[in-house]
Amino acid sequence: MSHPSQAANFLKDEKRAHWHDETLWFVREKRDIASKNIPEWEELRKLASGIKDHVLSKLDYYLEELEQKASANGIKVHWAKDAEEHNEIVWSILKEKKCKAIVKSKSILTEECHLNPYLEKRGVEVVDTDLGERIVQFLKQPPSHIVLPAIHLKKGDISEIFHEKLQTEKGNEDPVYLTHAARKHLRDKFMAAKVAITGVNFAIPETGEFVVCTNEGNADMGVHLADVHIACMGIEKIIPRRADLGIFLRLLARSATGQSITNYNSHFRSPAPGKEIHLILVDNGRTKQLKREKFKNSLKCIRCGACMNTCPIYRRSGGYSYGSTVPGPIGSILSPGIDVKKYSTLPFASTLCGSCSDVCPVKINIHEQLYEWRQEITKAQGWSTKGLSMKMANGIFTSPLAYKISGKLLRASLKNLPKSVIYNPLNAWGKNRDLPEVPKESFKEWYLKNRS
Amino acid sequence: MRPNYLVQPRSIMEVALFIPCYIDQFYPDVAKATLELLEKLGCKVSYPMDQTCCGQPMANSGFERDTDGTTRQFIETFKNFDYIVAPSGSCVLHIKEHQPAISEQEEEQKTVQSKVYELSEFLTDVLKVGTIEGSFPHKIGFHSSCHGQRGLRLSSSSELNEAPFSKAKDLFAGIKDLELVELSRKDECCGFGGTFAVSEEALSVQMGKDRLSDHLSHQVEIICGGDTSCLMHLQGIAERNNQPVKFMHLAEILNQAIS
Repeated sequence: MSHPSQAANFLKDEKRAHWHDETLWFVREKRDIASKNIPEWEELRKLASGIKDHVLSKLDYYLEELEQKASANGIKVHWAKDAEEHNEIVWSILKEKKCKAIVKSKSILTEECHLNPYLEKRGVEVVDTDLGERIVQFLKQPPSHIVLPAIHLKKGDISEIFHEKLQTEKGNEDPVYLTHAARKHLRDKFMAAKVAITGVNFAIPETGEFVVCTNEGNADMGVHLADVHIACMGIEKIIPRRADLGIFLRLLARSATGQSITNYNSHFRSPAPGKEIHLILVDNGRTKQLKREKFKNSLKCIRCGACMNTCPIYRRSGGYSYGSTVPGPIGSILSPGIDVKKYSTLPFASTLCGSCSDVCPVKINIHEQLYEWRQEITKAQGWSTKGLSMKMANGIFTSPLAYKISGKLLRASLKNLPKSVIYNPLNAWGKNRDLPEVPKESFKEWYLKNRS
Repeated sequence: MRPNYLVQPRSIMEVALFIPCYIDQFYPDVAKATLELLEKLGCKVSYPMDQTCCGQPMANSGFERDTDGTTRQFIETFKNFDYIVAPSGSCVLHIKEHQPAISEQEEEQKTVQSKVYELSEFLTDVLKVGTIEGSFPHKIGFHSSCHGQRGLRLSSSSELNEAPFSKAKDLFAGIKDLELVELSRKDECCGFGGTFAVSEEALSVQMGKDRLSDHLSHQVEIICGGDTSCLMHLQGIAERNNQPVKFMHLAEILNQAIS
């Protein structure tokens, strides 16, 4: 399915689409207030962007340093070239520990690798412990947003899901009541899991540690109760020094939700006595993206989701309209790097308004990369009627005479054709919009008569 | 007191007018207003007859590589002028950032790119008119087009932590009885987006409706902007839904106010 048809579908329920837009705009406004409370905000963005550029230019060096320091701290480091290898590594650890039930805190990387279905097929119960993720997991849906996984659902929807899955009172939509029910349900899962999986927000080669940021404390709860902690990270998640965290932690939560900081920023450096920490470093297409000069800095992304909240398209089409693990503007520049054909409509799902680039805490030029992906996609598609019409347009605009004649023809036909022909179903402009009134002469004709 | 652009004598600026193709064909009044306004402000304005299009519609659809002929035509037409002024932020941004590099014309192309200006930018930064003085007794809403705003930085962007500014609003500041409303969402996109308007028709129309309702909830009489393409889209939706609001380009308001 292409983005335009998915978006049109989403917009059919105009009231709900409006609610979705308002909800995410509210988050964007919270972000505006939080970012404007810090006078040095733009300086922080510049620093963060510079640090990430530096990391990407020396990624090999930092990854080896991370492996070395983390190993010295007692962390077991694994390398996975793709999703399959990543999933196999996780499975081999679970098999060794004879583990049939795990808890997982939010990790977009494991979504990207489709870890849940992989493990479920092998008889492992996977429980996502982030509240929003647990909700979409009950529905067998992926997250619709990378920070707010269930943002497309209303209180009433959640009440119904919980009534069915957790036997809460029918029709009780009180958020406190529903949260308590989830808490009780998750508590049992936490107690039973021998292995906990988390993502990684930042990995620090200087000290061989990594940092996980959550608001609910679910990563910590899972990890501290389990014997084994498996942390999965994309190889781009590196920042060189612990001191750099001060920049990124200040940017991350403010950009994501408008909070000054995430509630839990947990550092993991060495396993507690008798326990294990595994760190899986995953490539899965990242080195390929790193090789693409125009697109490599998309790897600077710290997954704050601010570009989704600000995007007028995302807010009105929802996360699922993109059909990719990471939706929204950043997803639309990452996904074509994974499969240019499958995600070919995504870079066109934008007006190139540029709000995503201005909101990005690490200054990724997202809208410019959308433009560049369009150029790549039309090349990859080869011959098309659209391509032919573009070549013809270039021919017309190269010749002032051809331009004059075709302009005249266009205006004449719009003036004289009956409305039923102009507003036919193939005319997407005219479906919900009138065409401009056609003037009797172009400016060029007027100028020739009156001024030259 | 006479406005400062009439008080201070200055050497006459020779300006070439670039009128984007859709303005030429559908909105000649916007082009006439731009021409008259620049003349009233003391510029010597020519309109090179061989101009066609900047190439943006093709490039934004992913066919930048097919716009070399169009770009060459643009450079040839405009290379000998001191300044090139267009009543469109979007086309100016395209010329500056997205015209493909033309071999053997690199220098000329660079020069053309450095002397092309959007109208409000030219009035503010080159002519340095300050504000325009005159009268325009209407309540208007200003639509900041994205390419002008975030591309050419004609006004501050609500995403950035920067001091608020707007070249268009500065120009309006001296106009008597012109009431400029403050919108709820200061700078959200209208949903035009060139071919996006047809390839993502449903989204484009919804974005336009939302933008319109922001203006209408503030009881504006006229929606004004620096890009006729955005206005054409909004006007198309407003007319289809019989919404009582007028649309004017920035050049038309300034030109009327000054006379």
